[in-house]
Amino acid sequence: MNTVIQLQDIHKTYRTGEVDVHAVRGVSLEIAQGEFVALMGASGSGKSTMMNIIGCLDRPTGGKYSLDGIDVSKLSRDELADIRNQKLGFVFQGFNLLARTSALENVELPMLYTRQRPAGASLRERALKALDTVGLGDRAGHKPNQLSGGQQQRVAIARALSNDPALLLADEPTGNLDTRTSVDIMGVFQKLNDQGMTIVMVTHELDIAQYTKRMVVMRDGKVVGDTPVANRLIAANELRRLQEEQKAVQLAD
Amino acid sequence: MRYLVILKVAFRALRRNKLRTALTMLGIIIGVGAVIAMVGIGNGAKAQVEARIAALGQNVIMVFSGSINRGGVHSGFGGAGTLTVEDAAAIARDVPGVAAISPEVRTGAQIMAGNNNWSTSIMGESPDYLTIRQWDLTDGTMFTEADVRAAAKVCVLGKTTADKLFPEDDPVGKNIRIKNVPVKVLGVLRSKGVSMFGSDQDDTVLVPYTTAMKRFAGVNMLRSINVQAATPEQMAEVQRNITDLLRQRHRIQPGADDDFMLRNQQELSEAMTATTEVMTALLAAIASVSLLVGGIGIMNIMLVSVTERTREIGIRMAVGARGRDILLQFLIEAVVLSSTGGLLGIVSGVGGAKLITMIKEWPTLVSANSIIIAFAFSAVVGVFFGFYPARKASQLDPIDALRYE
Repeated sequence: MNTVIQLQDIHKTYRTGEVDVHAVRGVSLEIAQGEFVALMGASGSGKSTMMNIIGCLDRPTGGKYSLDGIDVSKLSRDELADIRNQKLGFVFQGFNLLARTSALENVELPMLYTRQRPAGASLRERALKALDTVGLGDRAGHKPNQLSGGQQQRVAIARALSNDPALLLADEPTGNLDTRTSVDIMGVFQKLNDQGMTIVMVTHELDIAQYTKRMVVMRDGKVVGDTPVANRLIAANELRRLQEEQKAVQLAD
Repeated sequence: MRYLVILKVAFRALRRNKLRTALTMLGIIIGVGAVIAMVGIGNGAKAQVEARIAALGQNVIMVFSGSINRGGVHSGFGGAGTLTVEDAAAIARDVPGVAAISPEVRTGAQIMAGNNNWSTSIMGESPDYLTIRQWDLTDGTMFTEADVRAAAKVCVLGKTTADKLFPEDDPVGKNIRIKNVPVKVLGVLRSKGVSMFGSDQDDTVLVPYTTAMKRFAGVNMLRSINVQAATPEQMAEVQRNITDLLRQRHRIQPGADDDFMLRNQQELSEAMTATTEVMTALLAAIASVSLLVGGIGIMNIMLVSVTERTREIGIRMAVGARGRDILLQFLIEAVVLSSTGGLLGIVSGVGGAKLITMIKEWPTLVSANSIIIAFAFSAVVGVFFGFYPARKASQLDPIDALRYE
């Protein structure tokens, strides 16, 4: 299997005034293509910093990071922007869609910043295909405020997919959603993973991490646990179970 | 990122805050409109001055009777008589390039015609005067050289005088009395309107200069001599020759002052147009200040907009926008704002100039140049005042921008 992420002894130190804050102290990690990894840890564990480094939003102060075979630890701001555009898809906790902009245009957004646009399908066609993948093909014209939280997160996932990234990066993607919708969204991720997409998800909820294949736990800027998920949950089954429970509650009433 | 897309994004962002966009634009609209209207007023005034100077006649040289020094007392120009009819005749005879010449004597009198009377200026001239002033008659004929030689009791009336003395009848062929001398009206002059010095040029009576000297003014000297050069190129030479001739005739020693004075309408026109040009520049400068204020308004709003849309900038950067893309987006937004304001400003400026002409009856002249310059300036204002906020946006850190609440 190809290695998508290769982290070697990554360090990150923030200089805030007099005191140096060591957010990440020597993380080495390899993630292969087709993996579904949960990056876990309490707040202050350094997982958000790791997320920013993996997402090419930030540069490590030490160590080497290869993404899809490219050493990105020494790239300039503009080069990092291009890497984010070409190799990465982001899904955020707060969805981060452009307000008053249709779902379709939100999904088109990354493609607008692509320098060498591949020949073939138009932006619109590719955006519609991405929306179809997340099951929102019929909502292309809707604006974020006309969509539910779950639907908005699906649009965000479609946006992340629109440029065929090597890695899907999700930062607490279910943090703003209720249980049912969370399971629903995890279903989308599982489906994408089944199709071969590499996914790294930052979360602090253990039950959400149960849907992934591998759990990496951080504490104090170091990786303290790296285990395969033993009792992996399947979103489709969980949804069915939730529906039955709900029915039972209704009958009991 | 394609420019068309950036333009679309800019328009959408501006549409989102319609009132704010409109108010920001208003600054530029007023600025550009004011520049165009003010320059229009200035140019209109200049054109009017030029037209009035042209109405004085083409290639006209005025020789004024000079100041004489009698016992240490200087009289003013035209006050004392130093020019004679013979001087005028000598100029006509000896100076090449003189196309027309009219000796001039002025006086004032109460004129009577039937039951009407009117106080006006009597101008003694030669028949050439009409050629020199580019004036003509609406009625009747001009007096002739023969009338001049005979000091005939004939005249032509200015329009105003004719209207005052003959409110109902046709004056031609009628007699009027000037200082109790009966004078026959030969014709009526076409209206020339108000001179640039503010006097009514039609409030006058033209008589042969000989008649004026002998019968009305009782002088034997001329006030001035109006000379017309054949071509503009000959003006300088004719002026020099007149000066030489008159100095010789008046026996003025080398080094002594002339006892006459030459003026031509070019000098006058240069002085007058210089004044209006200064006025135009002043008006434009004042109007430019409002354009500057409009630009500061744009900067202000763009700074607010960048802060408000920090999260949007973060999202765009996260999905791969380079700093330059963000810079261009906000810069184009500012330019769209200012140049749309500029276009509307042109409309309001041209409209404003028309309105001023209509209400105040000031002539305005809106030139294509002033429109182009004002519009270009408004676009430059957009770039200049949009650059700082746009640069600020482009330098945001994507992580901070995404986290911004």
